[in-house]
Amino acid sequence: MSSAYSITRSVNPPRAVYLDFPLGRTAGKANDKPLQRKIMIDTLSALDSIQAPGTIRELPYQWSVDDAWKDLAMRPDPDRSAGHSDNRIGRVASAQYQCDADRTAAEVTLSEGGCSTCVFLEDSRA
Amino acid sequence: MSREYVDYIQRTREQYDALGYQPYAWVNNDDVPPFTPLAKPLQDSRVGLIASGGIYCEGQIAFHFKDDISYREIPRKTARERLRATHFAYDLTDARTDPNVVFPQDTLQDLAQLSRIRELGPNAYTFMGGIYSVRKVRDILAPALADRLVKDKVDVAILVPV
Repeated sequence: MSSAYSITRSVNPPRAVYLDFPLGRTAGKANDKPLQRKIMIDTLSALDSIQAPGTIRELPYQWSVDDAWKDLAMRPDPDRSAGHSDNRIGRVASAQYQCDADRTAAEVTLSEGGCSTCVFLEDSRA
Repeated sequence: MSREYVDYIQRTREQYDALGYQPYAWVNNDDVPPFTPLAKPLQDSRVGLIASGGIYCEGQIAFHFKDDISYREIPRKTARERLRATHFAYDLTDARTDPNVVFPQDTLQDLAQLSRIRELGPNAYTFMGGIYSVRKVRDILAPALADRLVKDKVDVAILVPV
């Protein structure tokens, strides 16, 4: 499933569906179960029916009535008077919890013997 | 339907240019991808789910943002309320409201109830997709995930990047 067509085209997977939505909604809209289900049914149908390797099947759903969101995607905030500023989030090497309670919960897990469902892989070249 | 799609390769190039960085070297596979026709109908198939939106479960260690090549096991029946999302490269608002938009485990579970697929595998696997090193994904993470899917005896796998 993809919402980044040019990246997927470049990677060239065996088969894919493309959903023309903003990033972070690759499987549908929040709390819209009927649409999520339609998207997944279309995805399964593509899985079943695509014959030509490298096919990216475009799904027919629109995020909104206009495409204004497309101009804003990955572009600097137009309200900023300065030119391009670096508004990216820093790439920090410490665990980034959604909330403090999660950090506490993880510490409890670790104190009870470790996170058995967290798999850390070795990089021999690191 | 032909409306212009956002070109994220181009947008990234523009962003990096503006910051004075070299362009990012995206993976480009020119050869025909490996393709295995389905061996059985989907209604008889066990489906694996892999998602790269930085999804973890309450109680697990969260991902970090500097080429984190770890992954999480998310058991089949995990309650949606326990799922979290953490990532630096996409707007998390909708994923935190409804994880199914980047991790469609419930959506697939519902389709299993409706016999569109036989079942989900025992675990879904999630990782933090903002990994800049192609080598780390290609040589370490992807083979490890493929291994898990084989051990889980899934028939097909769905990958949900962000």
